[in-house]
Amino acid sequence: MTAGALAIEAKELTRTFGTFVAVDRITFDVRAGEVFGFLGANGAGKTTAIRMLTGLLAPSGGRATVAGHDVATQTEAVKRNIGYMSQRFSLYEDLTVAENIRLYGGIYDLSAREIRERTDRMIGRLGLAHAASTYVRSIPLGWRQKLAFSVALLHEPRVVFLDEPTSGVDPITRRQFWELIYETAAAGTTVLVTTHYMDEAEYCDRISIMVAGRIAAIGAPADVKREFGADSIDELFVQLARRDPARAKPATPERTP
Amino acid sequence: MSALLGLLRKEAYHIRRDRRTLAVLIFMPVVQVILFGFAIRTDVENVRLAIVDPAPDHATLALRNRFAATDNFRLTAVVPRVEELEGLFQRGTVQQAIVFAPGFADRIARGLPARVLIITDATEPNTGSAAQGYALTVIQTYERDLIAQQKTASAAGANVRIVLAVRMRFNPTRESSNLFVPGLMAFILTVISALMTAISLTREKETGTLEALLVSPLKPWQIIVGKVLPYLAVGFVSVLLVILEARLIFDVPLRGSLFLLLAEGLLFILVSLSLGILISSRTSSQRVAMMGAMIGTMLPTMLLSGFIFPIESMPLPLQIVTNVVPARWFVEIARSIMLKGVGLAYLWQETLVLAGMAVVLLVASTRSFSERLA
Repeated sequence: MTAGALAIEAKELTRTFGTFVAVDRITFDVRAGEVFGFLGANGAGKTTAIRMLTGLLAPSGGRATVAGHDVATQTEAVKRNIGYMSQRFSLYEDLTVAENIRLYGGIYDLSAREIRERTDRMIGRLGLAHAASTYVRSIPLGWRQKLAFSVALLHEPRVVFLDEPTSGVDPITRRQFWELIYETAAAGTTVLVTTHYMDEAEYCDRISIMVAGRIAAIGAPADVKREFGADSIDELFVQLARRDPARAKPATPERTP
Repeated sequence: MSALLGLLRKEAYHIRRDRRTLAVLIFMPVVQVILFGFAIRTDVENVRLAIVDPAPDHATLALRNRFAATDNFRLTAVVPRVEELEGLFQRGTVQQAIVFAPGFADRIARGLPARVLIITDATEPNTGSAAQGYALTVIQTYERDLIAQQKTASAAGANVRIVLAVRMRFNPTRESSNLFVPGLMAFILTVISALMTAISLTREKETGTLEALLVSPLKPWQIIVGKVLPYLAVGFVSVLLVILEARLIFDVPLRGSLFLLLAEGLLFILVSLSLGILISSRTSSQRVAMMGAMIGTMLPTMLLSGFIFPIESMPLPLQIVTNVVPARWFVEIARSIMLKGVGLAYLWQETLVLAGMAVVLLVASTRSFSERLA
């Protein structure tokens, strides 16, 4: 990857649904190997933005490249170079651990040998060797989450998108999961992660906070806190989210900030 | 290609591991064959009637007028020779034929036996026997009226004799089971292709796995084919079982080509599948998808395809509605192949309608799939 090693580059990226502007001219970069926190309240436009970046949704305006490929015109190349994991983990519960890995390996055109090697390596690293032929439905949630993450990385993507990967998981497992994220980033894979846990936001190299379809703040956690005079990301988040007129009205009808 | 094979294998695992659903899919039709074999009743009007009148005279014309005057019949053809009936029956232009022997009026006048043959298409057995009953009544009433006239004319009273012969075409023993098996095939194929596709696609939506497939380099058509092909296999097994069972228990014949029947079945499956995909792309929960598939595909197949209720005896607005029910066309095709033994030459119109539906729905459903899910 050339051009200053940018993993994601969005310029004035916009998506409208009818008259509703879900994502409103957002511009941001994510550098290769960075852990980028993509924050925002529900309905702020995060999901729409991610859907455009993963090639699922065509932008209405602006442009974006992921791993050097244009999301609007080179969707196929974008899809080959990204991994994706949602809060629902995307594993088939009635398939075994090994069968899930094999399925996704096949989908990404890995050879039978590659699949076998990577399966062994992955199962060994996760400590799941004894559970390879267990149905996913019967392994604990924490393991399922790590497995889903590893499966999303199976084809060694340049960028991986994690959509609320830790929701509903206990704090210890969350901590362990973040260690996996750091390992992945250290190995050169760019990680874009969305979360509603503000302590997790502090772990990111840089964050952006979306409010009403726009990026209201962007930068390293320490820098944005300083910029807005907030003590924590949590405080900053609430402060910014209140600016959203749609959100502020019903909660505090008597005054607008 | 290997990606697609992987998808197919995964879907086969889903089916194999969900034993209960698989059992329902295979055995429900088997049980239904038996249930429906004993339980279907129907009624008729507007029987399409042909008259074979080699030498028209005042008596045959009088009888023709009587047939034309009742609500039960609609005169669709008058031909001079019996040979011409074959084609009319096979095309379905005609459901019943009245064949007069030459010199009909003359023989009546001379007190000789005058012969009439009633031929009835019994593919729909209840319709067939009812139609035969109506025809007998019309002719016997005519005979009685003649006798009454002659008695008043001459006190002696010549002996008027009309000799009736009846014959059932295609299904001489008039067994209802012959009729419902094609309908049941349509029903099974609808359940498996439309209902199961809709449910299993929305299940993947619910569990988030569809999202994972969509962000992968897989093309939408690969996802759909991977989803659909394994269910197709189950559907074929089920249909073959029904044909076999129908033959063993109810002696339902398969007079036409099995290959043509399965090929037409495939076309019908394609239509149902597209409906299933269309439904699942517009719903997000398995429950809603199931309701949609039941109301949108299963009910029309049961009620409006001629499977249970003959289309001829429906009110006109409903008859018009049946035209958009794909099962109606498939039932007609399957009945003709199984019971009349006809080939594509006679069925190309129905086949064309079904093919047209398949094209329209496939385009609509892939478009809807890529727009709404992707």
